[in-house]
Amino acid sequence: MTATSQTVERTSESPHFRVRERSLDLYAHREILANLIRKELKVKYAASVLGAVWSILNPLVYLAVFTFVGKVLGAGVPNFPVYLLSGLLAWNLFSTSLTSGTSSVLDNSNLVKKVAFPREILPLSAVGVALVDFVLQSVVLFAFIAVSGYGFHWPELALWPLAFVTLVSLAVALSLWLAAVNVRYRDVGHLLNIGLVVWFWATPIVYAEYQVQQLAQGGTGTFLGIDRFALYLLNPLADVAAGFHRALYGVVIPEGSTTSVLYAESSAWVAGILAITLVVSLIVLRFTWAYYFARSGDFAEEL
Amino acid sequence: MSPPAIQIHGLSKRFRVFREKPTSVKQRVLTAHTRADDFWALQDIAFDVAEGSTFGLIGHNGSGKTTLLKCIAGILRPTSGTIRQRGRLAALLELGAGFHPELTGRENVYLNASFLGLSRKDTDRAYEDIVAFAEIEDFMDNQVKFYSSGMLVRLGFAVAVHVDPEVLLVDEVLAVGDEAFQAKCIARVREFQREGRTIVLVTHALDVVREICDRAAMLHHGDLHALGHPDDVVREMRYVLLGVTDPGFVPEQGTREAEIAEVQLIRANGKGEGPVLLGDPVTIVVDVRMNEPVDDLDVDFAVLDGATNHPVLEARTSRDGIELGRFEKKRVRFKIPAFPYAAGKYWVTIGLSNGSTGQLYHVQTQRYLFEVHEYPRVQERVEVPVEVEVEDL
Repeated sequence: MTATSQTVERTSESPHFRVRERSLDLYAHREILANLIRKELKVKYAASVLGAVWSILNPLVYLAVFTFVGKVLGAGVPNFPVYLLSGLLAWNLFSTSLTSGTSSVLDNSNLVKKVAFPREILPLSAVGVALVDFVLQSVVLFAFIAVSGYGFHWPELALWPLAFVTLVSLAVALSLWLAAVNVRYRDVGHLLNIGLVVWFWATPIVYAEYQVQQLAQGGTGTFLGIDRFALYLLNPLADVAAGFHRALYGVVIPEGSTTSVLYAESSAWVAGILAITLVVSLIVLRFTWAYYFARSGDFAEEL
Repeated sequence: MSPPAIQIHGLSKRFRVFREKPTSVKQRVLTAHTRADDFWALQDIAFDVAEGSTFGLIGHNGSGKTTLLKCIAGILRPTSGTIRQRGRLAALLELGAGFHPELTGRENVYLNASFLGLSRKDTDRAYEDIVAFAEIEDFMDNQVKFYSSGMLVRLGFAVAVHVDPEVLLVDEVLAVGDEAFQAKCIARVREFQREGRTIVLVTHALDVVREICDRAAMLHHGDLHALGHPDDVVREMRYVLLGVTDPGFVPEQGTREAEIAEVQLIRANGKGEGPVLLGDPVTIVVDVRMNEPVDDLDVDFAVLDGATNHPVLEARTSRDGIELGRFEKKRVRFKIPAFPYAAGKYWVTIGLSNGSTGQLYHVQTQRYLFEVHEYPRVQERVEVPVEVEVEDL
């Protein structure tokens, strides 16, 4: 057997980070990623009779409950379940990715110490598991929108893929960073839990987007000379949520309502802030990925 | 000739041993200076592993073998030095890596195989073989949490031996399972050898190294202590194991007109292996080959106490007035009627020299190691003369 000419050289330096090279390496090891995601899902639903149905049940219950409770709680937002769920599912994907992504390297310390494989796979598999849930739950939401008579809004729906890609890049970028930092400082997990609570309420999920806009633009509309609404939109998830809302909820001023629910801006404007968020996320991803890759060479030692 | 499959040059690995490792920001801030000690697990290691060869890596616990393997595999990053490695690599550092108790045997096989570089298709193809090798056909659809530890090990090994790398790193996994299973594993390693794969083997089984390796290296406290033919390295290892340090140690010397071909130590039961019991008769058998005709050949042996390295028993053919003459090959037997010394380890050193000039033809220092036991080991049958008496009551 003649060895392939491919030669690897290992030195004290961590190899130069090249997006293309890393991507190819990850692609070559895609089966490990798929197997890890499959494992997580199987373990999650092992010994449960309903299995993945539990994932679907969650949004179903939300839909059922908020169809009634929404009349009280979701005051000012007609069809509150659609509004809530379109944002909440995105949030769930984001927060679950970050939470399990953060601990992904620690949780698999045995693998990291004993097996050589691209370390990125660990946080990626955490995001992957969250994605599977997201897709299942989105199917439920889509079905509800179609069946309940709410209906889809076209061309607003075209924003969905853009919002989705932005959300996933953001989740991957932050998961990689948090996972790497968490190997050294185990505080990250605790900090994240608190951070996510704040972040959740800083994002228009249970309250209407327009309420924020109205509040921000009231008075001078500025904070230290900066536009308050623009400041609010610095929260990338506010932009992502706007994307999902616009795509699925679809209308700024619902029929029979006098005030806006979504930001009183055009769909093109939403596409714009999403695009900016996507570009920023990808740039952040480039750096957190490089950071993760550089740190990953020492994972086996630090665990 | 193709370049080596693995080239290691000036490799060192330092671990920072934290007396109290700061794992939180608070600790990091409160501890003004991190109290860390440096521990050099590997220092300036250099050797090549030829393509298609089998390389044995030995050393006592904590000598750095596994660290070295992990560096080659890319799990650990060297502190300095370089490792060049050619070809697809699989590292068996642990059996059943990634096994999850909640998954079935079948699911775990696929998961584990992907970590060892087998694609889903490869695994599909090898699946029947894997199951047959593990000998647990009936349990593949059970969760592995219901497996016995023996079944788990067998399943892990079965996947491991179906990997298809060009370079295979194996860490001590040969040491698992019963004797029959180990024999199966050795057979599989031989198959890998025939297929021309490069193998690096870490093991404590010194006989395995002598049997199947082309070359060997011994690590000692992170240094490359010996490198070369497995026989020599193993001899050196046995020497170090006994805690004897002698920098002037020469395993072999002489001008080789006559050569030591084989040395055996025949125990009381007529066999060439196993422990010697205190007071047992032993026979040291030395086969001598003459490469060039020489006269006055004197064959001698010395038994050295393993703990002190002092000779405790010596004899030579010339002292008994035996003329060996000129010959091609001869067998000399030194019969010791009852081995008189206490339990412990003993070395046999053999020398061939000229009886009148003293010229050394061939000396093998510490050629043979044997152990003396005070009492028979319980699992062995010994012949004890039992008298039988029957009495009327």
